[in-house]
Amino acid sequence: MVRLEKRLQPSAVFAWATPVMAVIATMIFGGLLFAALGKDPLVAIRTIFWDPLFGQYAFFYRPQLLVKGGPLILIAIGLSLGFRAGIWNIGAEGQYIMGAICGAGAGLAFYPLEAWYIFPIMVLAGALGGWVWAMIPGVLKVKFGTNEILVSLMLVYVAEQFLASVSLGLLKNPQGFGFPGSRNLQQYPSAHNAEIFEGTGMHWGVAAALIAVIFAYVLLSRHQLGYHIRLTGEAPRAAKFAGVSPSRLILFCLGISGAFAGLAGMFEASGPAGQITIDFNTGYGFTAIIVAFLGRLHPVGILLAGLLMALTYIGGEIAQSSLGLPSAAIQMFQGMLLFFLLAVDVLTGYRIRFGQREAA
Amino acid sequence: MNLTKRALLTGAAMAMSLAAAGTAFAQEKTKVGFVYVGPVGDGGWTYEHDKGRQAVEKHFGDQVETVFVESVPEGPDSERVMTQMALDGAKLIFTTSFGYMDPTINVAKKFPDVKFEHATGYKTAENVGTYSARFYEGRAVQGTIAGHMTKSNVIGYIGSYPIPEVIRGINSAYIHAKKVNPDVQFKIVWAFTWFDPAKEADAAKVLIEQGADVILQHTDSTAPLAAAQAAGNVIGFGQASDMAEYAPSPRVSSIIDNWAPYYIKQTQAVIDGTWKSEMTWDGIGAGMVGIGEITDAVPAEVKAEAMALKDKIASGEYHPFTGPLKKQDGSDWLAEGEVADDGTLAGLNFYVEGIEGEIPQ
Amino acid sequence: MDLSAINPVLLVASLMVAATAVMIAAIGELIVERAGVLNLGVEGMMITGAICGFAVAVQTGSPLLGFVAAAGGGALLSMLFAFLTQFALANQVASGLALTLFGLGLSALLGQGYQGIKPPATPRLDIPMLSDLPVVGRILFGHDLMVYFGLALVAATWAFLKYTRAGLVLRAVGENHDAAHALGYKVIRIRVMAIAFGGACAGLGGAYISLIRVPQWTEGMTAGIGWIALALVVFASWKPWRVLLGAYLFGGVTVLQLNLQAAGLAIPVEYLSMSPYLITILVLVIMSADKSRAPASLGRVFHATH
Repeated sequence: MVRLEKRLQPSAVFAWATPVMAVIATMIFGGLLFAALGKDPLVAIRTIFWDPLFGQYAFFYRPQLLVKGGPLILIAIGLSLGFRAGIWNIGAEGQYIMGAICGAGAGLAFYPLEAWYIFPIMVLAGALGGWVWAMIPGVLKVKFGTNEILVSLMLVYVAEQFLASVSLGLLKNPQGFGFPGSRNLQQYPSAHNAEIFEGTGMHWGVAAALIAVIFAYVLLSRHQLGYHIRLTGEAPRAAKFAGVSPSRLILFCLGISGAFAGLAGMFEASGPAGQITIDFNTGYGFTAIIVAFLGRLHPVGILLAGLLMALTYIGGEIAQSSLGLPSAAIQMFQGMLLFFLLAVDVLTGYRIRFGQREAA
Repeated sequence: MNLTKRALLTGAAMAMSLAAAGTAFAQEKTKVGFVYVGPVGDGGWTYEHDKGRQAVEKHFGDQVETVFVESVPEGPDSERVMTQMALDGAKLIFTTSFGYMDPTINVAKKFPDVKFEHATGYKTAENVGTYSARFYEGRAVQGTIAGHMTKSNVIGYIGSYPIPEVIRGINSAYIHAKKVNPDVQFKIVWAFTWFDPAKEADAAKVLIEQGADVILQHTDSTAPLAAAQAAGNVIGFGQASDMAEYAPSPRVSSIIDNWAPYYIKQTQAVIDGTWKSEMTWDGIGAGMVGIGEITDAVPAEVKAEAMALKDKIASGEYHPFTGPLKKQDGSDWLAEGEVADDGTLAGLNFYVEGIEGEIPQ
Repeated sequence: MDLSAINPVLLVASLMVAATAVMIAAIGELIVERAGVLNLGVEGMMITGAICGFAVAVQTGSPLLGFVAAAGGGALLSMLFAFLTQFALANQVASGLALTLFGLGLSALLGQGYQGIKPPATPRLDIPMLSDLPVVGRILFGHDLMVYFGLALVAATWAFLKYTRAGLVLRAVGENHDAAHALGYKVIRIRVMAIAFGGACAGLGGAYISLIRVPQWTEGMTAGIGWIALALVVFASWKPWRVLLGAYLFGGVTVLQLNLQAAGLAIPVEYLSMSPYLITILVLVIMSADKSRAPASLGRVFHATH
């Protein structure tokens, strides 16, 4: 008989050991999968986990980890605050899109003027776009008690249609020969979110993600609001007695997650992506939910989880092209990694006991 | 700090040039990369590009090694995949979606020795060429068959997004359907998605319910054909691939993307060192657009007429956009005998006279 | 514009078809959530069901066996989720999302070699006299069998929850798992069974798309329908008949917007395409006056301490 016994305190050893165990388990089972597909499992695993970090072309892939991980971390940090308080914003993808549209739109409105204040305005517009989009489920929940999971999710689809609309209409590049998509902001210096240090992958969005990590850490551990967030999530009734206003907390958590997602979208549109197109969004908003949970809703955990997620994307692409693995196999591999990370976490909070149950 | 950074950058630059040089000497096999926007199993756009890649492998055997990455999102992800292929020693990279345009140009700047071929775009560089297919030529043949075959005089058209490529197709089909059947009417539904089989099925059903007995589609799934079959007495055409499993009816013919000859030709050019940056826009004549077998569900004389049109287009004797043609608002577009220039066609954003409805903006 | 071209009878008939897949999947998820478990992996289970059903139907030539296999495939995949959330006590939201990712990859691998194949046709109901009746004949008696199966499933789920002891136990587990445990009910076992049922339903819904509605196999062909199913459950405030209503409303708006386009209505298409989602939000606000709420234990981890 196997059973679980709750630890009095989460195990510090296992908190660090479990992610390692999960990665090893994924390597074993992923290796079996790759072997079944007729590829050398050792080479495949090395290609995914080792080559991007220490391989021949690591000088190129390491900065890419920041480019790919930055938006994930920024969005996940925002979401984690709400998740801790039991407020479920599933629609970060939509807020990401609206932030990108507003941010890029604000920049394009100035085209071709070159001025120092354009980029800061874009940053504000991007945050505002995401914030407004997240306030819709927020206000509806506070006013009418509608479910924020559903409303925020529905608004993703609305945002996607809106994105298609502006790509084909309002923001369409007038010099684009009728093709959809906006001007490329990479060719508009005042609006370009360029790398802060060239060749490092460090653009303003990555910087914002790092700032967000610190901000969330301080908020949660040092500030009263952070205490209220944690209290609401862990003991809602106690929170009420402590004088926490649920409405204000809902609006704050949804607002900040929306603003962060909007910022991520704006930095992406003005930097690595460069333009608004029909297919601009690539699922960062949904992947960030996974990242938030992989990081155990802890700011530092999210930072590491975001980088790990980025590593599997980048390594997966290398494995596809150099080993001919189908992208479906990479997707399954990522799924496995998540499963194992989630499954072994039980060891942090519980002890496994064998044998008969003792009398309690 | 500054010193280390510079050292890092110099190291990177050296490694890049070393990688380029190393592959040039050490490798006899020419490596060709393909970047796909969808999965190779999409049965449509990417599927046909991958068939082209397989044809390259088969044609060159040991001389060439091909690599591909599928489902690559447009934007920074595609830029990374292209860079990675170039670092890995690819000499020629085909980027097969319009959204890869700026990423292709960016990466091409970093790798002057690697040749890039971007599908359906308009930006070129010293080492970047573009290629695209004149699918509207196939649409002309389709329109002719559709105009003859419709009994209700209502032809349904499922569009994806209102971009020049799709609008060209609608215009070309309409012009030629109208030519053989002056009473013909087009009903156009925009799905606002590249890929959603269930929505395509719904769109086809709606068109059929509203009286259409010919369905033309600019989306890649077989769902509209299945809907046509279920309705009975409705015909359709294969799109992107032949979709022969629905022949002889409802699928009476098809437009096939055939990239193989072009891919083989350009690969050969890179091997021979004769590659040049060009803007290729080929149609039926060069074999880039294939017309799938016209089945016996189509009367012999209609089939003959369609085949004759196809031959005239292939030989260059006839251009599907030949005047006199007016725009939808009644203003003149092409005078008698005048032929549309490629620039206008590339960015086409209006309907010709007679088509009802507005292009969504 | 020619609105007379829209035939209301055909519109109703096609919205019934358009709604079936999402309805079956949503009913499964409703049972799961009523047992207090939130499984966001519906999309992954649907697509896995779609390929399992398709492959088996093509191999055996029998659509019926295909649907059985789809239910089996979906249920089997859901067991991964059950293991994670019920035995390893993992977070349900994250586990569900991971399940979707895994299911999309798995289905694409399983489906290699099944592109461009036509599956065997599923029989339609065709009762000589009834199916020819004006209006009602087309709406009530002219569909494929799965449409009726879906309706029966809604009715059965409703009766199960309202009138059976097992239904009562299921709800008790969802409302307060600690109390249910104290009363001697096997919380974990009941939840695992509910998850399996949810997986089977999602699989059936997926197979409805690959075997009847489209019918073909392509990677990622469910294209987000699983997410709509999740939304429907909340929309329906966990009541079976409202799932039916919601599915018809959603399918109806989708089909209607295509109809309006084909009829040449000069409304910008992108706004028409948004309309199903906006109307869902609107209805949700209107219905929020109704105080029915989520199962109290929804999404919470259960661990028997003694």
